[in-house]
Amino acid sequence: MRLREIAEKLGLEFLVATDPEAEVRGGYVSDLLSDVLAHAQAGDLWITHQRHLNVVAVGKLRAVSGVVFARGLRPGPETLRRAEEEGVNLLVSPSDAFETAGRLHRLLFP
Amino acid sequence: MSLPTPPRHREIFSVVGLDLERAGQVSTEVQRILRRLGVEPEVVRRAGIVCFEGEMNIVLYTPGGRIILLVYDDRVELIFSDQGPGIPDVELARQPGYSTAPEWARELGFGSGMGIPNMEANSDRLEIRSRVGEGTVIRATLFRRKGEAAGNSGKAGA
Repeated sequence: MRLREIAEKLGLEFLVATDPEAEVRGGYVSDLLSDVLAHAQAGDLWITHQRHLNVVAVGKLRAVSGVVFARGLRPGPETLRRAEEEGVNLLVSPSDAFETAGRLHRLLFP
Repeated sequence: MSLPTPPRHREIFSVVGLDLERAGQVSTEVQRILRRLGVEPEVVRRAGIVCFEGEMNIVLYTPGGRIILLVYDDRVELIFSDQGPGIPDVELARQPGYSTAPEWARELGFGSGMGIPNMEANSDRLEIRSRVGEGTVIRATLFRRKGEAAGNSGKAGA
């Protein structure tokens, strides 16, 4: 399913939309960067509470379809700028990580 | 008898310790260079992860160091060197979950004890030489499997 469609259905707000048509193949929830590097899959939507610059690097390295900040958390302007440069989609969810992941799972694997 | 083949490409990056703002940029740049040189996507992907973990170790634990990228026809090598505190027990550091990261780094999602295991999982050979009080040198070797990449076009295109 396309990221844009998922964002609409889950009420996610795009902070950086470099490729809203990216294909979302699954999801991954983690705040540990090495854990994401080891286990997230390309095309996953990564749900996290981390908001610093390195999130962009990890998202890019793992080729996730986007990074979703849970619970309405918003990153600073530096992170947004880096994501624009590197072409990483950033979104914010009004819900917590559990609810965001649950609704995403239901949507992707009904 | 024959001399070792020189690398096709060589790049040296310096890494500033404790500079989390810039951290992660070498791995992105390494991937860019490897892609430009036509290195197999699977090797580019693994090299990016190895480089990020190596870079983060330099940034989090040392005053600074450097990363050397060597690209050969049959392999990619990444050499990380620093003048940091050194690793007292390398075997322990290779174990998943073992970490000496400070609290501030853990709060940022580092220090889960997966750094060196991730480097091992994504390279074909990982040599660690460390001396306490002097520094650490890590050499990661990633073999390029051209035949496999060519025979796997369906997967590579997915």
